[in-house]
Amino acid sequence: MALPGPRSGQPLLEVENLQTHFRTKDGVNRAVDGVSFHVNAGETVAIVGESGCGKSVTSMSILRLIPEPPGKIAGAIRFQGKDLLKLSDREMRQIRGNEISMIFQEPMTSLNPVLTVGRQIGETLRLHQGLSAREAEQKAIEMLTLVGIPEPARRVREYPHQLSGGMRQRVMIAIALACNPKLLIADEPTTALDVTIQAQILELMRDLKHRVGAAIVLITHDLGVVAEVAERVIVMYAGRKVEEAEVGPLFRTPRHPYTQGLLGSMPKLGSSLHGEETRLAEIPGLVPSLKAKIPGCVFATRCPHTTDLCRQVAPALEEKAPGHVAACHYALKEEALAA
Amino acid sequence: MTRLLEVSDLKKHFPIKAGFFGGTTGYVYAVDGVSFGIDKGETLSLVGESGCGKSTVGKAILRLFDITAGQVVLDGKRIDDMPAGSLRPLRRRVQVVFQDPFSSLNPRMKVKDILAEPIRNFGLAKDSKELDERVAKLMDTVRLPRDAVNRWPHEFSGGQRQRIGIARALAAEPDLIVCDEAVSALDVSVKAQIVNLLQDLQAELGLALLFISHDLAIVEHMTHRVAVMYLGKIVEVAPKRSLFAAPKHPYTQALLSAVPVPEPGASRQRIILKGDVPSPINPPKGCRFHTRCPYAFDRCRVEEPKLAQPSTAGAGHVAACHLHSLPEAENPLAAAVGELVVPA
Ligand SMILES: Nc1ncnc2c1ncn2[C@@H]1O[C@H](COP(=O)(O)OP(=O)(O)OP(=O)(O)O)[C@@H](O)[C@H]1O
Ligand SMILES: Nc1ncnc2c1ncn2[C@@H]1O[C@H](COP(=O)(O)OP(=O)(O)O)[C@@H](O)[C@H]1O
Ligand code: SF4
Ligand code: SF4
Ligand SMILES: [Mg+2]
Ligand SMILES: [Mg+2]
Repeated sequence: MALPGPRSGQPLLEVENLQTHFRTKDGVNRAVDGVSFHVNAGETVAIVGESGCGKSVTSMSILRLIPEPPGKIAGAIRFQGKDLLKLSDREMRQIRGNEISMIFQEPMTSLNPVLTVGRQIGETLRLHQGLSAREAEQKAIEMLTLVGIPEPARRVREYPHQLSGGMRQRVMIAIALACNPKLLIADEPTTALDVTIQAQILELMRDLKHRVGAAIVLITHDLGVVAEVAERVIVMYAGRKVEEAEVGPLFRTPRHPYTQGLLGSMPKLGSSLHGEETRLAEIPGLVPSLKAKIPGCVFATRCPHTTDLCRQVAPALEEKAPGHVAACHYALKEEALAA
Repeated sequence: MTRLLEVSDLKKHFPIKAGFFGGTTGYVYAVDGVSFGIDKGETLSLVGESGCGKSTVGKAILRLFDITAGQVVLDGKRIDDMPAGSLRPLRRRVQVVFQDPFSSLNPRMKVKDILAEPIRNFGLAKDSKELDERVAKLMDTVRLPRDAVNRWPHEFSGGQRQRIGIARALAAEPDLIVCDEAVSALDVSVKAQIVNLLQDLQAELGLALLFISHDLAIVEHMTHRVAVMYLGKIVEVAPKRSLFAAPKHPYTQALLSAVPVPEPGASRQRIILKGDVPSPINPPKGCRFHTRCPYAFDRCRVEEPKLAQPSTAGAGHVAACHLHSLPEAENPLAAAVGELVVPA
């Protein structure tokens, strides 16, 4: 399999042939089925795809937050060269919230309602860095200032329900960044927020990235958000990676019919301002069940270009242009495009 | 064009009770003086951030509660003060499609019965043969297979359930459908299917839609006109092109500039608003947007601006902002600001 290699030296995170399956009453759900990618230090990589395609399971697998059983993780997840799947629970706890941290879509369910904001930020610091209660609160105030919460000295003693959705997400980011992680996994961090608040949070993430230097894995279904913050993009469909490229080429010349479909079905702001109004492109049908083995291409049931070959033989991920891979028998390569 | 719906100075204030038996300690000013109209066959979209009162406007039109003040007139008849007993014809003419296709269908009813219920309720079929025919035709209309009528809601995907929800709304042969975030919970590819369906149906059946959404790109694609709400008030109303080419209210500008566009590296003018929407329990005096407005000046803090057509705007384009009473040279909103929407 030709995969784009890391730009220099060893990548920060290397996920190799990740398979996360769940045992259910009516068969095995192959939520993630052979996904490989890497993240370089300081880089922002987005994972996009529609609901159920395996984005969150991928991120939960990296942190080993998948309940086993019914889940089962196979493959390798190397963080700074160490395979996280081989670590003990204790060693894993040492990494979680410290070297790798995570923010979720719904901050209210991931914050503890009975602890003050300051305690929750301080908790991580006391656990991982052995700060005293006073030092931890001081650091918590610093973190709240960093994420742009006004009156941090007052807010640090407040409880999550006293904050707005946008402020709670800022607190989540403060907790996630408190220990200077090398990798931040953000699973739909702005999906529950209004656009004006989303714009604030995305700006904050961009700004912090420059100041803190953490690599980010951004999980989202919003291609607009991807275009704004990611450097590299992984497109997932039905538990597989179907395309990967730098953000520019992915939006300019998407190679996989699924990616092309996603971009075409999205109305773009300003569409009424230039010329003819068009119908949205539709991707017909539904995502296939992940419980049945799919012999050919996972997208064959919905793809406008399907042939018998597609239905029988699964296309391998293939480099179509430098750093641009897609899993499609018919996605054209650079040379073919030029010809 | 004929007016179908006319809403004038609509108010809905929810009382805040102190405890279960306690008295009223204040009000949530959810909708606080809103006026607009919808023509037959027209789509008007209501946009704005969470909690600004969009759904409450929709519920007032559906008569899901009594309003605090104002008037709602459907086809020349006042409906807001109609006694509950005489609401039946209204219930038929104004239907609703909600955001959540999973909770809005009765799980214990087959699709057939879900669709038959409004037809029976409003006496739209003379016998059971006609009833079956109507149900089958509704399935065709929303592009679902006819034999699916014997299945239960849980056997369908989100997009399919939303089609059933639309079919149920259409069963009553309404003039107006309130779509409250009707496509918001759907995935991109399914969303496109439902958006196209709604547009086709509107063209075929001459329906009017009140399209409530926070997704501005979808709104631009779907709508004829847009009304922008902020904290219980409408701050701008305009025909689609006029609004997206040159918004005349600072809030609309900020809203448009905040929408991420799928064009990497696009350089756009960005207005990042400070802070959050204030509480609707205690909305700011004067212009309600003044606590976040980048252009706020003294007058904004004391005097509430009224909706009016700015001299720089086209027909049917109104905005509530004091900047438009300044000389054009001093008005930062006078010029076209298309680059808020489309990258320069
Ligand atoms: N009648 C009700 N009873 C109980 N909970 C409700 C009721 N109406 C709304 N809610 C809840 O209140 C919260 C806010 O609802 P609301 O309708 O204001 O959402 P919204 O602001 O319109 O959000 P969005 O813009 O995403 O639709 C939701 O969690 C919803 O489930
Ligand atoms: N039944 C209710 N009792 C008290 N407050 C309510 C009730 N329903 C809605 N609200 C409040 O009214 C405001 C507007 O609500 P809504 O119209 O649902 O907003 P949206 O525009 O987001 O749909 C919000 O602050 C909401 O919490
Ligand atoms: S391999 Fe065939 S079915 Fe799959 S995406 Fe390519 S053309 Fe479509
Ligand atoms: S009236 Fe004043 S505060 Fe309100 S939107 Fe206009 S400039 Fe801003
Ligand atoms: Mg998810
Ligand atoms: Mg709502």
